[in-house]
Formats: sequence, structure tokens, C-alpha cells
Amino acid sequence: MSVRTLPLLFLNLGGEMLYVLDQRLRAQNIPGDKARKVLNDIISTMFNRKFMEELFKPQELYSKKALRTVYDRLAHASIMRLNQASMDKLYDLMTMAFKYQVLLCPRPKDVLLVTFNHLDSIKGFIQDSPTILHQVDETFRQLTEIYGNLSAGEFQMIRQTLLIFFQDLHIRVSTFLKDKVQNSNGRFVLPVSGPVPWGTEVPGVIRIFNDKGEEVKKTGFKHGGNYVAAQKEGAFELYGDRVLKLGTNMYSANRPVETHMSATSKNLASKTQENIAPNPLAKEELNFLARLMGGMEIKKTSGPEPGFRLNLFTTDEEEEHAALSRPEELSYEVINIQATQDQQRNEELARIMGEFEITEQPEITEQSTSKGDDLLAMMDRL
Amino acid sequence: MVAADSEGPEDRSFRMYRRERSIPLRGSAAALSNNLSVLQLPASDLMHFGVVHGPSAQILSSAPGGMPLAQRQLQVKVGVGVSPPLITQVHWCVLPFRVLLVLTSHRRIQMYESDGSLMVYWHALDSGDASSAQTLFARGIAASVHFICVGTWSGRILVFDIPAKGTNIVLNEELAGHQTPITDIATERAQGQDGVADMVTADDSGVLCVWRSGTVFTLLTRIPGFGVPCPSVQLWQGMVAAGYGNGQVRLYDATTGALHVQISAHARTICALDLAPEVGKLLSAAEDTFVHIWKLSRNPESGSIEVEHCHGECVSDTQLCGARFCDPSGCSFAVTGYDLAEILRFSSV
Repeated sequence: MSVRTLPLLFLNLGGEMLYVLDQRLRAQNIPGDKARKVLNDIISTMFNRKFMEELFKPQELYSKKALRTVYDRLAHASIMRLNQASMDKLYDLMTMAFKYQVLLCPRPKDVLLVTFNHLDSIKGFIQDSPTILHQVDETFRQLTEIYGNLSAGEFQMIRQTLLIFFQDLHIRVSTFLKDKVQNSNGRFVLPVSGPVPWGTEVPGVIRIFNDKGEEVKKTGFKHGGNYVAAQKEGAFELYGDRVLKLGTNMYSANRPVETHMSATSKNLASKTQENIAPNPLAKEELNFLARLMGGMEIKKTSGPEPGFRLNLFTTDEEEEHAALSRPEELSYEVINIQATQDQQRNEELARIMGEFEITEQPEITEQSTSKGDDLLAMMDRL
Repeated sequence: MVAADSEGPEDRSFRMYRRERSIPLRGSAAALSNNLSVLQLPASDLMHFGVVHGPSAQILSSAPGGMPLAQRQLQVKVGVGVSPPLITQVHWCVLPFRVLLVLTSHRRIQMYESDGSLMVYWHALDSGDASSAQTLFARGIAASVHFICVGTWSGRILVFDIPAKGTNIVLNEELAGHQTPITDIATERAQGQDGVADMVTADDSGVLCVWRSGTVFTLLTRIPGFGVPCPSVQLWQGMVAAGYGNGQVRLYDATTGALHVQISAHARTICALDLAPEVGKLLSAAEDTFVHIWKLSRNPESGSIEVEHCHGECVSDTQLCGARFCDPSGCSFAVTGYDLAEILRFSSV
């Protein structure tokens, strides 16, 4: 509903992706310099100026399928590789984490604070790269420019748009279950205690006024919750105390993160909803993907730097088992362009991809490839 | 979970409510405001419910016990290969000679016969002077005598003239009074006058406008906002009840626009208000998982509005998105919640 939702969705999901990758890189004992390089490569791809330009244009949210394609690409922006099962799990964790954060935001506007929390942490990952740091700060500035003056009503619409995107996702995440922020049925706990949002009064008071507008009586009623007043408002500046903890890194090297794949049968309805748009993607989604990925600079794994595979599970066997046992309704149905019968669409996509040539080279790219080939190659692998 | 008023010196024992059997939905309810419409047909015992899922809305009818009987899914068809637009609201409009089901969405307004079986009219929204940063949508639906009023993203309210039967529905007027997207509209027959209704419209900036209906609608009062949206509004015996994004419920005099009561009712944005007109009960539901029931009245001497809290209900871990009384005396009510694929029902003991 709101055409300003995509940047917030993308940046927060991207932030969660980095948290998970960082945790797995450490858990799998990948050497420090390699791990740093992976994160640097992904972050610099994410915050590439051309990419950000496309992202910030007012546009509707696209399907989960289309968005997943972008993250697939992003996760492979470096020498690291992920199998399908690990990529699925990564995406599950990302989406459930951000869904949780959006749902629990005290005010709709606080989703901006959540975004800033993610950006603050991202800057922590790239402290020794001034170029990328500058890119992230530039994105901060853009966010402030666009969202700084939005009304409460517009933020409420952004919130509703995000929640519609996350509707019917109930994947259970072990960290959430252990911390008791998620119930065993996959639904998040909504506490009825704690501080009220900034700008809201603690419920329980009825004020009566006379025709002159003077308060003449004040009574109370039993609200049922256990709320207290908010202490202070989070900072929306480049630096500052955000107050809100949502969007900060909840993973540590010691906490393995598992997801549970028992989906509820009620997902059937949402599957029908997803299938209304026929496979392959609707034309507007193809265009969107072409535009977004036109701004991405992707490296190839040739050269002296050997690639490595990251596993989101604790063993290879677990990963294999997860791939085989993933329930049908939770499959992300990542687009297989080759499988389509529609030859015309294939040609169209090839033409769209071919239109996007590299016009500027960021200093860190070692090899440049024709963008069209690169994107088609990626599509082939899906 | 029930959190009712405890017996104390201040409280009086009003009706208590208990959970009844839920009605299952094909799809979960979307995180919108006013996401539940109820039609009580006085002739039969049947009750109709309407809930928006996203790109589809579900209409279902149920017997008194809550047993679902028939259901139908509605969508906005806009062409081949394009995904259907998101629906913002579905609502029954009871007019003097017929009942129509109105569906508002991005780009369109659609009107159906009351069971959703036949579309009788549709209207494409005009982009006018919209910038690229704005989505076109309609939201806010109410019946006013023989008109149906629908709000839009621009703040303008479309007034449709509805014939007693047939499809000859005409756009009669466009009301200007709001500058931000309309959130909700409520109407009530004007006191002591036949064929005239009062209407209150609310928007995303919290501004309220009170109108008198007619061949030309007249703006009677304008109540300014205070920086928060007003997602839901009701009108009863010259009182405007408004629910706000900061959890407040405010009661204004509809004629003067004066604020009479301010309640810190909820800890999150209010998503729905409803009225039981026979007894003056007000229902408020919010994203904080709570439903509250209030009794409105007017002091006969001073004429000022008074309110008492009757009942509170906590729907655990559910961000509510719709709530309605199921009968005009407020003996029962129903609620919907985001991600919840059922309609929860409560009735008084």
C-alpha cells in the first residue's frame, strides 16, 4: 500500500542476513580475514550507489519470490557459497526476525530506529573500510531525507504494508522459542507490560472536560495490562542512543540457531494467494529484478582466492536432510527461468539483462564481466 | 484469556462476556483497520461476516451458534497477468430499500448484492494530481440515507446515489474537507428528522469532519487533529467517538466539535470502534491485544457526555484488526486479528 516500504524491508532483511552470516562464519571457524572479506563484499554490494538509487524509488513491494532472488544474489557477492537448503534457512531466519521486529515496534515510526540499529551494526562490521563506511553513511542520509518527515499516518501505512508481506509466516526459530518471544505454534508473544510507546499515555485514565475545555473530572478504569510510562525517545540522528533494542544483533557465536519446519495447515490459503501471479514472474517483477540487479556488482570466484561453502546447519548431513524434508508450502519456489514454456518471456528477460551494462567501476572490483551474461548465468543456476 | 473488571467500590457489575465458538476463515485477516464487517439480518437468524485477507476478501454467513454455512471469496479483477490489487476494506451498507456490499481496494471501488454474488457497479479511482510517491486507494465506507460514501487516498469523499434497485448507480458528489487519506466514515440518522443523516469522516492526520447529508452534503463541524491518525470513528446521538493511533478514545459533541471526554484506552493504535445504538455501548479494539467496552450517556441537565468502562478482554498475542457488535444491544461481539484465520466471538453471560 505504501510505495516507500521497499528500502526499509531490504535494509533490515539485509542486516539480519549479515548477523546470521557473521555468526555462522565464526561458528564454522572461517579465518578472520576471509570472513571479513565476505562481509565487506556483501555490504559494499548492498550499499552500492546505483543499487540504492533503484531501491529508493517509490514503488510497490514485490513478491517474496522476487525479493528472495535478490538475496540469493547478494549472499553470493563474494567467495562464499551456500547450498539451497542453507539459503532457505538463512531466508527463514531473516524474515522471521524482521517480522518480529515490525510486530513489536511500539510506534510505526520506530521501524526507522530498527533500520538504524541494523545500519549501526553494519558499520561495526566494516570499521576498517572507509569507502564502504561512506556508502553506509550516505544511505543513512537518504533514509533521513525520505523518512525523517513522514507523518504518523504514512508510517502506519508502511507498517501495514510490511505486515501484509509477512502474513502467515510462522516458522519457529529456536532462539525466539528459548527466549520466549515466540510460542510453540509459531506466533510471537505480544507483551502487555513494559513501557508504552513514546507519545502514548499509560492506559487507565478517563478525563472529562466542560464546554470551556477545562478538565473537570478524572477517573480511572482497570485496563488489564501492566504498562509504565516511556522513559525517553530513541535518537533519529546519525549517531545516538536508539533506546529500542529491536534490530540489534541477537546472535552470538555460542548460540546455534535452528528453525523448525513444521508449518501449520493454515498456510494453504497463503499458498493460493502466492499462486495467483503465474510462474514465471509477472512482467513488472522481472523489470524490477533487472533494474535492481543492474546496480549490483558481482564478483566471479576465479583467481587465487579459493571459494568456500558456508553451512547454516551444524553438519552436512543435517543440511542434506533439511533440503529433502522441507515442506512443500514453505518452498520459496525460486524462479527457474529455463523451465518456462514461454520462449518470448525468456528472450525478453535476456534483452532486459543485456541493457544493463556496467557504467562505473568501484575500486574494489577485480574482474568485470558483462552484466547481461552475469545475470543470465545467475538465473540459470536457480 | 478474560480480564474483566474486578468488583470494587468504584465498579458496578455490568454484563460479563464469555468466549463462544470461533468461526474459521479460509485466509488470515490482514493488518488493516476496521477489518471486520457484520450484517445482522433482522428477518432471519443469519449473521454475515466480511474480512479482508489481502488481495481477497472473504464473506461468510453463519447460524446463531457460530456454525459457518456459506462462504465466498471476492477479488478485484484488473486484467490478465497482473496480480489483483490489495483490498483495503469490505463493508455492508444498509439502505432504505436494499443492502449492498462495498469493497474498496487500490485503484477501485466495487459494489455487490449483499451476498456478494453479483457485482452491480464498479468505479475506477481517478489519479488526478497524484505524485509517484502516492498509491491510489479507497478506504472508508458508510451508507447515508440513499447514498453510499467512500473515502479516498486524496482525502476526497465520493458520494454515490443508489437507486432502490438496479445498477444505475451514479457518482453524485465529491466532498472536499480532508487533505490526507480517509481512514473511516460513520453515519447516523439525524435526530428527529427523516431522510437526513449526519456523517463523520476521519483521516490519517486525525482530522474529523461532521456533515449533514442531502442532495448536497454540508460540512457542519471540523475537529482538528493532533498529529496522530484516527483509524476509526463512530457517531451516536450527536456524539462523535474517535479512536486514535496513540491509543486514545475521544468523545466530541458533533454540533460544536467540543472535546468532552478523553480516555487513555489502549497502549497501541486503535484499529476499530463499533457502537450498539440501542444502549449506547462503544467497543474499542487495538493492536495492544485488548478489547474494551464503554457505556456512553448524556447528562440530562448539563448535556455533557459521560462514559463508564464496562468490560475489558485480552486476546493473547493477537494484534487485533477488526471488532463489531453482533446485535444492536451489544450482547455479543466479534473480533479479528492479524495472522489469525478465525473470527473470535464473545457473548454476555
